[in-house]
Amino acid sequence: MEFISQHPVLVASVIKIAVLLFIVMTALAYLTWFERKVVAHIQSRWGPYYVGAHGLLQPLADGLKFLFKEDVTPPTSDRLVYVLAPFLALALALTAIAFIPFGPPDKTFIYGQKIFVVSDSNIGLLFLFAITSMGVYGVALAGWSSNSKYPLLGGLRSSAQMISYEVSLTLSVVGVLLIAGSLQFNQIIENQGGHWWHFLPEWNVFPQIVGFLCYLTAAIAETNRVPFDLPEAETELVAGFHTEYSSFKFAMFFMAEYANMVTVSCLATILFFGGWLSPFPDSWHWQLYLPGAGLMAVGIYCAYDTITRMRGIARLQLTVVTLLSLVIGALCLLPAVAPYVQGPFWFTAKVLVFLFFYVWVRGTLPRFRYDQLMSFGWKLLLPVSLANLVGTALWYAVGWMRHG
Amino acid sequence: MSVVPISYYLVLSAVLFGLGVVAFVFKRNVITIFMSIELMLNAINLAFIAFARAHNQMDGLVFVFFVIVVAAAEAAVGLAIVIMLARHRQSLSAERINSLKF
Amino acid sequence: MNLPFILFFICALLAVLGAVLLIIAREPIHAALSLILVMIALAVLYLLLGAEFIAAVQILVYAGAIMVLFVTVIMVLNAEAEERTDFSKIAKWVGLPLGFVLLFAIAHWLYRAHVGPVVASGAGIPAHALSTWDLSTELFRHYLFPFEATSFLILIAVLGAMILARRDE
Repeated sequence: MEFISQHPVLVASVIKIAVLLFIVMTALAYLTWFERKVVAHIQSRWGPYYVGAHGLLQPLADGLKFLFKEDVTPPTSDRLVYVLAPFLALALALTAIAFIPFGPPDKTFIYGQKIFVVSDSNIGLLFLFAITSMGVYGVALAGWSSNSKYPLLGGLRSSAQMISYEVSLTLSVVGVLLIAGSLQFNQIIENQGGHWWHFLPEWNVFPQIVGFLCYLTAAIAETNRVPFDLPEAETELVAGFHTEYSSFKFAMFFMAEYANMVTVSCLATILFFGGWLSPFPDSWHWQLYLPGAGLMAVGIYCAYDTITRMRGIARLQLTVVTLLSLVIGALCLLPAVAPYVQGPFWFTAKVLVFLFFYVWVRGTLPRFRYDQLMSFGWKLLLPVSLANLVGTALWYAVGWMRHG
Repeated sequence: MSVVPISYYLVLSAVLFGLGVVAFVFKRNVITIFMSIELMLNAINLAFIAFARAHNQMDGLVFVFFVIVVAAAEAAVGLAIVIMLARHRQSLSAERINSLKF
Repeated sequence: MNLPFILFFICALLAVLGAVLLIIAREPIHAALSLILVMIALAVLYLLLGAEFIAAVQILVYAGAIMVLFVTVIMVLNAEAEERTDFSKIAKWVGLPLGFVLLFAIAHWLYRAHVGPVVASGAGIPAHALSTWDLSTELFRHYLFPFEATSFLILIAVLGAMILARRDE
């Protein structure tokens, strides 16, 4: 106990990191399930269906498969860098999540430490960009160390692409920073509180719609997703930078990609969609029970599904899911718990929308050609985000001159 | 917060700068020679920030800011020159670059 | 021993290790990686010194942009391992020891330098002195002209790099 009172930051951080890591890892696993399901339905297929009810145990099966596969290392590869690259990719992708606030900063536990954010830095946004800017090493080094033609091409493409789009990504966000006047995430979010005409939330996406579109495009390119997935374009480069990777190292690249997706979606939520703020005015008191009611609704749907469609072991599995969501939903309705789940609920809901958008884009858009990618980034995205920045700055300068 | 004496930082800065000089002299590849210059710049940045901290003045930080900006510009131009050299000489070894005109 | 000291020594060790690896490494990529290690260790030291903004910029610009550029160029040119030649006798037996003597002499002088006893011990320095707010005020008030000048510098650098690296049509 004495140790805890002496180093509250240390103890609280370790607890928060452990919990966050567990949640994020599970979320990443189920993101693969989500993506496969959604893409499958876009293409009129069922997607994973047989491992568990609705394929819900598929991530677990995939994880086990990756663990037990043979780990092939190409003999001509640079051994040290080859092993380092996937670790670097995953570690950097996960580190970035530590700066993200999932809920309001006034909810605290031991010795006044904030519950919902691991590190609430004054310049959290800069640190997050710093960490994500290093993410390119994982891909580039993987491409180089494999000592093979296609991975090298993939690594080269990715480093060029990520440098190019990082510029517009950063510039598109500066407009928001001008509005918020802060680099701290919680301040940026709190600055978006309130409503125009009592119903339209004062989110940055409305005044900064151009910046938001630039951010979204650059973010997809930054995470190497379709339609910007040239580093791993399988029709051209086999599998791009991770051609030579197998077993768990391959899984690490996979997880890193999904973790980057989550980070970028969280950032979009925080900067443009009010983070953990509810979209409804504070005076609507019933929204306190929305998370619990939503989970209960999911539980009831699962119960219906269990009874009408599921057979055999799948029925048992879905019963567990049903009971879990009903119990957790009921817990969230308790007056003591309800205020705590508000922030995370809205945050997760908004992030899920972005993740769905990502998968949707993947299911519908074809890939860019490489020269199109470069000219799009430098000749369209960069000028537009610069113009947005200059426009926002002018707006504030004029307002400042008028009102003093 | 910072109870580590400033002089420790200065010693570290000096050691890093010295290692940078050694690397600059020892290396034969143009790119790695360039990297040792970056190492020296970094060592100096550490000294700047340590002094800024010691005297509680912002000028040191501003200088570091400018050093980083100039280093970025320098890297862009320098690496372009390296690419051109590699194209003309088919080698990156500093010893092959022994004439002013191609 | 307390936390800042432990952190300082870990980071200092990593930084020196990275610098030594930079000298030893034969593959240019390994050299680049060790330099990145130095930069990250230095960024943590900046944090320890209370310079948050500079630490972030250090990682963002140095490790995230400049070194990526280096790695890319190494990959594009497919730079092979460096060739080694033997030292001359004089360099080996006189040059190297003298170099190290010089190194330690500089370190010694700096350690005993007249930075003032208060400053050298780190005592009496306010905790959060180097805030980002003060830095920006300084940058945009006193150093506005140099700041604007750097934008021209970068523009010129971009143009120069493009002209230099362009393939002749």
